[in-house]
Amino acid sequence: MKKITIIAVVLLLFFSPSFLFSEGAKEKKVENKLEIFSWWTAGGEAEGLEAMFDIYKSKYPDVEIINATVAGGAGANAKAVLATRMQGGNPPDSFQVHAGHELIDTWVVAGKMEPITFIFKDNGWMDVYPKGVIDIISYKGEIYSVPVNIHRSNVLWYNKRIFQESGLTPPKTLDEFFQVAEKLANMGITPLALGDKNTWTSTHLLESVLLATLGPEGYKGLWDGSTPWDGSAVRKALDNFVRMLKYVNTDHAALTWDAATQYVIDGKSAMNIMGDWAEGYFKAKGLTPGKEFGWLPSPGTQGSFMMLSDSFGLPKGAPHRENAIRWLTVCGSREGQDAFNPIKGSIPSRIDGDKSLYDEYLQSAMKDFSKNAIVPSVAHGAAASEGWLTKINDIMTVFVSERNIDKAVEQFSKAARESLGK
Amino acid sequence: MRTGQSKYCFRYVVGRITVYSLLFLFAVCFLVPVYVLLATGLKSFKDVNIERMWVLPDEITMAAFGKAFSKLSPNFINSIILTIPATVASCIAGSLNGYIFSKWRFKGADIIFVFILFGMFIPYQSILIPLVQFLNRIGLYGSLSGLIVTHIVYGLPITTLIFRNYYMEVPDELLESAQIDGLGMFNIYFKIVAQISAPAFVVAIIWQFTNIWNEFLFAVIITQKPSIQPITVALQNLAGSQIVEWNVQMAGALLAAMPTLLVYILLGRFFIRGLMAGSVKG
Amino acid sequence: MIKSRGDLLRAFFVVLPSIAAVGIFIYGFIGWSLRASFSAWDGIIPDFTFVGFKNYLEVFSNVRFQKDLWNTLYFTFFFLLLSICWGLLLAWLLDRKVKGEALLRNIFLFPMSISFVVTGVVWRWIFNPTVGVNALLKLLGFSGANWGWYTDPTSVLKFHLALIPVILAASWQLTGYTMAMFLAGLRGIPEDLIDHARIDGASELYIFRRIILPLLKPITLSAMIVLGHFSLKIFDLIYTMTGKGPAFATDVPAIFMFETTFRGNHYAEGAVISIVMLLLVAVVIVPYLYSTFRKEIKR
Repeated sequence: MKKITIIAVVLLLFFSPSFLFSEGAKEKKVENKLEIFSWWTAGGEAEGLEAMFDIYKSKYPDVEIINATVAGGAGANAKAVLATRMQGGNPPDSFQVHAGHELIDTWVVAGKMEPITFIFKDNGWMDVYPKGVIDIISYKGEIYSVPVNIHRSNVLWYNKRIFQESGLTPPKTLDEFFQVAEKLANMGITPLALGDKNTWTSTHLLESVLLATLGPEGYKGLWDGSTPWDGSAVRKALDNFVRMLKYVNTDHAALTWDAATQYVIDGKSAMNIMGDWAEGYFKAKGLTPGKEFGWLPSPGTQGSFMMLSDSFGLPKGAPHRENAIRWLTVCGSREGQDAFNPIKGSIPSRIDGDKSLYDEYLQSAMKDFSKNAIVPSVAHGAAASEGWLTKINDIMTVFVSERNIDKAVEQFSKAARESLGK
Repeated sequence: MRTGQSKYCFRYVVGRITVYSLLFLFAVCFLVPVYVLLATGLKSFKDVNIERMWVLPDEITMAAFGKAFSKLSPNFINSIILTIPATVASCIAGSLNGYIFSKWRFKGADIIFVFILFGMFIPYQSILIPLVQFLNRIGLYGSLSGLIVTHIVYGLPITTLIFRNYYMEVPDELLESAQIDGLGMFNIYFKIVAQISAPAFVVAIIWQFTNIWNEFLFAVIITQKPSIQPITVALQNLAGSQIVEWNVQMAGALLAAMPTLLVYILLGRFFIRGLMAGSVKG
Repeated sequence: MIKSRGDLLRAFFVVLPSIAAVGIFIYGFIGWSLRASFSAWDGIIPDFTFVGFKNYLEVFSNVRFQKDLWNTLYFTFFFLLLSICWGLLLAWLLDRKVKGEALLRNIFLFPMSISFVVTGVVWRWIFNPTVGVNALLKLLGFSGANWGWYTDPTSVLKFHLALIPVILAASWQLTGYTMAMFLAGLRGIPEDLIDHARIDGASELYIFRRIILPLLKPITLSAMIVLGHFSLKIFDLIYTMTGKGPAFATDVPAIFMFETTFRGNHYAEGAVISIVMLLLVAVVIVPYLYSTFRKEIKR
């Protein structure tokens, strides 16, 4: 026994120094580097990022690019790491952040970002970015980030075969949606697929219904206080939402968004309201846009483009500020965006992208983007601060199961009052 | 008399049957997760579909294990790098502490011991926010070293307790005779007490090894980069990101459970002793 | 034993690093959390402006937190009930001088050595409504097995049915612990005490209720305290198995604290939740430690 113990202890001691080498401590500031922080670790996003790095390298071959990525939790892990790094005064040169209030309320208001309006002016970008986009990335007259892509949130995806066989037309308005849904339900097909294991998907559905019921101006007003949360319009929207829930799959609480999309592919469900990253999922499963699946703006939101966007900003105290500014210039350039977006499956945030590079769906989205009213998505950080969004998600978690409109209205109003500081 | 005996016999037999069938029933229920782990972990990818989780695999393949291993092996190594130094350091410190708190009780030692012990029970949430700030300030946040330091510190209460309880049983006479031989406090520890500490070390090492290997909360907060995450966090990420590949998840789960399970199978009785120590009264 | 002042002083210096570490990492940090819980720190930048009980009111008026408290209450109750009853039953059965006792004991105890993350992953699939137990029952011919398990948002008297699978998983893991404790307790009961009762004609049930149970009381109490404090702070198992669940059906303060603080950046509110958790645990643990070490403390 004693011998064994001694051997064990010796072995343990032998291994223990290994931890000293396990950790490459923080990178020391070395001259010509560029550290880009993001949660794009896999798939098209990572490849798209690499494509932008390639452009950067061809222009500035001396700069060593550090691709600092943190995977997991749809960016949640990365945000936590970023927060601690910024608190510790150790910012990267530039980092990925959802354009809009996630950027502004978290970082700009805290005084951690440099305004970059000058980059937009120097490159003549003020005219090639839609005004709706500029508004979303601005705070008190200054621009704070370069959006590299645009995703659309208000899209209805549908299984073409089901609609052909049943002779129904995909719904354009909420009324049509309820008629079609009733008929599909009678045929034994789940009309709408939902997978709200992660709460954001129910918030995602709600934002489309809010937009449909309130219209673009009324919807935007929710986030600056000009549309009351306890008014009849919001009530009507919540009522529509509850009616919609009657047509969703019963196991929605057990599924994630991609599993819900799979229901549409398998023909278990006819439709799904999801952002346009769902197209990437359809395609990954071997489906062709316009052949097996079709799309429309989500019911009642024709003429509006609910956007969310990944953007890069310039933190104060960036160790390599000049390199970071060059990086942001690549991000915002037509060349950079047309390299990134076709791979990522999103559209450029500029209106002059080369349409021939994009597939059928993305082309239609680009067309809508240049003509439609642009409104920010709340489920993805564009319309409201993360704190407000957390509260909305919490309210939705309960609302989806209890479906108590009065209670939800009261809680939404309270959250809005607190978040708008009224 | 005879009828009484046969009645007794009858009751005895019924009793035995009840005892064994109940035990058998419980044992089967307890092994269900193991069955699921093995039956699904050994399935091939085409064998993975909704109807087939509970049936035995058509053919036994290691494909899922291969995939789980290729995904989790760096994290497995991280767990080893994390667990070994943290276990060793907290056990050595615990042994010294236990020696002092049992044999050299200076004024106030007992109350200090109870205060240290309380640290074993606190919900770690109540120290998480400052811990992250602190580690960040000393440059250890987001590193395995930071996690090692954390585990050493929060392992102190339990190791101190295990060793104190053990040394309490060592008769004072043994130490007295050593004193008469002219040994001082430290020499008594190194030449006498440490020599007879093997059983306590085994209990403490097993306990700490199991706990640190299995720990999740500190790991998920402190190590955010996948390349340095221990296996528990990596397993949770693996399970969270996949939809249908549950054979890989199960294989990964088995991989993560293997070291502590092995320790349990080989050294189970010491494990149970640590378990008992965990309820304070040794 | 001769203990000179110098020795005792040196003894103090030996444990001083540990005392300092525990002092800072436990008591200092708790104080820091306490201070944060009364502060205006909401967002990335620390802000220690004192705001009184505002955050406490905020957290306690939050529907999610109220649900968390109910969930913790019910979870603790049923988890303790199951672990203790099963543990007692198993220990009693194993004490009947059965063959293969060692093997059986190991079967009941091995879950203790496994990480909660592993348990969570496995049990999540077992209770998955499409492939799990439902599918097994259908395979066996019960076509009506369509329960939602942890995806079912229904609740009865504020008890969410979705908690049932979690309670079962937690009991699976920790029944072995109570069993081992009770087994040690049963083995400690002098045999002639029971033999005498048998000779006096007492039934097995009588012996169990009147002799064994009272003697096991102290063990039951410490098992309850250990499991109880543990269930008040449970995190890993629920986080990996179900997360917060539909309508927070399986949410607990630990998960709420984690998401509020490290995902939502509401540091002050996160600190409040952590302090409430600490108080809940302290209510259970402090009297226990006090009674265990009363003599030492008074000395």
